[in-house]
Amino acid sequence: MENSLKQRRGLQVWFSVMIGLIMIPAMFGLSLGVTSVYIQILVKILEWSTLRIQRGHRDRPTLPVPAPLPNGLIQREGGSMEHEMGELRRYRTQSISRGEFALSDSFYFYRKGLESIVDDQVTQRFSSEELVSWNLLTRTNHNFHYISLRLTVIWGLGVIIRYCVLFPLRITLAIIGLSWLVIGTSLVGFLPNRRVKNWLSELVHLMCYRICARGLSATIQYHNKNNKPQKGGICVANHTSPIDIVILANDGCYAMVGQSHSGLMGVIQRSMVRSCPHVWFERSEMRDRHAVTSRLRAHVAAKSNLPILIFPEGTCINNTSVMMFKKGSFEIGGTIYPVAIKYDPRFGDAFWNSAKYNMVSYLLRMMTSWAIVVNVWYLPPMTRQEGEDATKFANRVKSAIAHQGGLLDMAWDGSLKRDKVKEEFKEHQQKMYSSMVVGKKARTSQEPHTESTKR
Amino acid sequence: MGSRASSLLREEEIEEIKKETGFSHSQITRLYSRFTSLDKGENGTLGREDFQRIPELAINPLGDRIINAFFPEGEDQVNFRGFMRTLAHFRPIEDNEKNKDPTASEPLNSRINKLLFAFQLYDLDRDDKISRDELLQVLRMMVGVNISDEQLGSIADRTIQEADQNGDNSISFNEFIKVLEKVDVEQKMSIRFLH
Repeated sequence: MENSLKQRRGLQVWFSVMIGLIMIPAMFGLSLGVTSVYIQILVKILEWSTLRIQRGHRDRPTLPVPAPLPNGLIQREGGSMEHEMGELRRYRTQSISRGEFALSDSFYFYRKGLESIVDDQVTQRFSSEELVSWNLLTRTNHNFHYISLRLTVIWGLGVIIRYCVLFPLRITLAIIGLSWLVIGTSLVGFLPNRRVKNWLSELVHLMCYRICARGLSATIQYHNKNNKPQKGGICVANHTSPIDIVILANDGCYAMVGQSHSGLMGVIQRSMVRSCPHVWFERSEMRDRHAVTSRLRAHVAAKSNLPILIFPEGTCINNTSVMMFKKGSFEIGGTIYPVAIKYDPRFGDAFWNSAKYNMVSYLLRMMTSWAIVVNVWYLPPMTRQEGEDATKFANRVKSAIAHQGGLLDMAWDGSLKRDKVKEEFKEHQQKMYSSMVVGKKARTSQEPHTESTKR
Repeated sequence: MGSRASSLLREEEIEEIKKETGFSHSQITRLYSRFTSLDKGENGTLGREDFQRIPELAINPLGDRIINAFFPEGEDQVNFRGFMRTLAHFRPIEDNEKNKDPTASEPLNSRINKLLFAFQLYDLDRDDKISRDELLQVLRMMVGVNISDEQLGSIADRTIQEADQNGDNSISFNEFIKVLEKVDVEQKMSIRFLH
């Protein structure tokens, strides 16, 4: 009886010491270097396991385990519609510019259609990236079968470490971090003085986010810190998960933009506003784009306000590509500070598949991953040029972010995760094809189809 | 440690599909992964809405016809075998297959079968002829609202005139083959699958 009491006491003391050791340096932005050692050990173990798996494949060639192909299952023909149609019609005497229909024209659409069935660019962005080699997490195990006893043992050890050692530590840290945020910001809210209040509020926010980052074993590498977003500007970044906020806020203070929630999130949101202005919208306000834009504009205009943090994709993408940026953020004016965020998939899959997992199970998965290793690049500020409309500007920023982060630049809308694609794109294809059928020279009157167009 | 995806595909099934379609082992496993990722209902079959969820297919003017090709008459679910059978039409023709034994049954990706696949996409009521109406309907799908009824009608008439040989004002499969005999069907109706 006494022994178990002593054991429990000992465990508690040990636990608190660990928490203290992690928390206190975190609060001041220092590091004991434990995490980097941990990451290095992890990398060694993962490389070893990769070699074992590869060797396993070689020794047992009948094992039906194809590695995922990084460039997709098929090699696409890159020709444009005009080029392909021209080739298809080569057997006819008339050229494309003379128009006319050929039975073989449909082959172009059939092939494109079947290519997209086998492998399309969009739907794969809404599910987690497939890894080239297994990283000892069951959740990323798509194709890997039993290889060897040693590997299973290591995996088992990994499970124990992740769930029994890392997880309780991380949960505690997260709770501490969030409570500190609420308490700290509420306390700061009572202060009247402008300068001291701002300085303290920044300190509180930073400390809390640093604790949270430690709570995820996050190793963040910031590049080009001289381009960090300034006050009165707008920071845009690609969106992979809610953790993006923690990642960015570890290095600077931002004004958050978002929908006001109820419950725990609501408590956090309301207390954050007490110490420095954030922009929270009611659900009804979100639909009115003008109201949203004017509020954001007002915030940006006050040059002493913190830079706003916006994710223009509007939804989480799986960090292999950047999808269409909604132009609303780019109509506000002011300077845009683009930021590229790239997670290292070897250590944990950071993508939040909101269709499959809700927020709580997502956070639990995050806390039982190995670690989160992230590269953040601050890009030079951009402003809208003369004669450039918001959409072009948005695309320009998107390309810059995609280029820096090594992500694919896609024109598809992230809302395709949930919604259907717009009819306009199909109509555009039909229009292009029609111009090939009637021929470019033929400018005879083309009465539109007698049925009313669908709108 | 087994994964959900490939554990549901047994070796015997893979062998059968290999024989029927000519895809390699690894291609079949990968396509099975793709099949399961499209199968949001997780019941082993795909319905029409699963295909329509692919944005690039949804904006294809002939998307509906292509989706239809996967579903046999009257059914609206397709299993993996059916899926592979339809995809097999687009497998490229390999050189060693060209000189195969002529008495063996025609592989799914032969020139004739590719043309048959294309023919069936025009032949909406599956009566082995492409009538003027059917051709008009498919043309309308491809051009949308940009061409008038009259112009489209004359295009359809001209096409049938060119192809029709027995004067029944519709295109039979043999007439279809004749019109397209110079087209490089092997290349244009093939998708290059990576190993």
